[in-house]
Amino acid sequence: MNNLILFMGFGLSLVLVVATFVVWLSKDLLVAILGSAVVSLVASIFFLILQAPDVAITEAAIGAGLTTGILLYAMKKAGRYEDD
Amino acid sequence: MIRKIIAFLVVFYFGYILYSFIAVNFPFGERPLKGVAAHYVDKGIEEEGATNIVTSIVTLYRGFDTLGEVTVLFLAATGLGLLLAGMKEEEKEKPEPTLIMETTTRYLFPLVLLFGTYIFIHGHLTPGGGFPAGVVIATGYFMMFIAQKQFKPSEYLLSATESFAGTLYVIMGLLGLALAFSFLANVMPLGVPNTVFSAGIIPVIYIIIGFKVGSEMTGILAHLKEA
Repeated sequence: MNNLILFMGFGLSLVLVVATFVVWLSKDLLVAILGSAVVSLVASIFFLILQAPDVAITEAAIGAGLTTGILLYAMKKAGRYEDD
Repeated sequence: MIRKIIAFLVVFYFGYILYSFIAVNFPFGERPLKGVAAHYVDKGIEEEGATNIVTSIVTLYRGFDTLGEVTVLFLAATGLGLLLAGMKEEEKEKPEPTLIMETTTRYLFPLVLLFGTYIFIHGHLTPGGGFPAGVVIATGYFMMFIAQKQFKPSEYLLSATESFAGTLYVIMGLLGLALAFSFLANVMPLGVPNTVFSAGIIPVIYIIIGFKVGSEMTGILAHLKEA
């Protein structure tokens, strides 16, 4: 059981790091916003593993749900591609 | 590219400071509870009747902080409404939502509302509470904003719900002040722990906060949609 959680933790950390790099390097802001939603989702799973279900439910609702929506509306106004 | 590297360095620096601070001061899983934290965990259920101790800390022991949070949220929503009030969307052809999106959201919307309601009604028993529940409800409305062409909640009703819930929250606090000489004191009977009708004023406050946060966040999203 413990090993399973450890294994899952490694996998999720990998997803977290990859999603962070996608957010960091992507020129397409839609991809960046969806990447940040993935970061929030994985973070909320981590909170659940660390036995903080209250924080996990808040992170999932705000980070993955509401923030994504607000950023999407902002993106609609500001344009989809980042210019260098 | 330079900008991205600078951003990475700044984030890395702050992350490193935070990590080193926490690693030195709070070794993982090794800190026995002391002081008020130990009191909350040992006496929380007995004193306030809520099985979810986080809830009794948020609404009762630290209830005044929560009132401040609610006020900050109210000010943020009002400020956003003020800022975006004059803006009108220029008419351009939007992509039609597909049939699948429209039908799915129509059937999902009541379920999302039900789930949000469940979270705030059971805030004192299970994880969650007024804030996440309000955000879940607002997310349901956001789904409708995206997928339905002519879905428009009444702005008047939203602000009325918000103001009414905020006033009720303060009235609940003043009730505690009048009956038990402490703002937001638990003046209602505690009941049997682990049942829905227990924990005194916690469910009442969470229902109020759920309505308030839900209408506020929906109002923010509606304003952003129109801007």
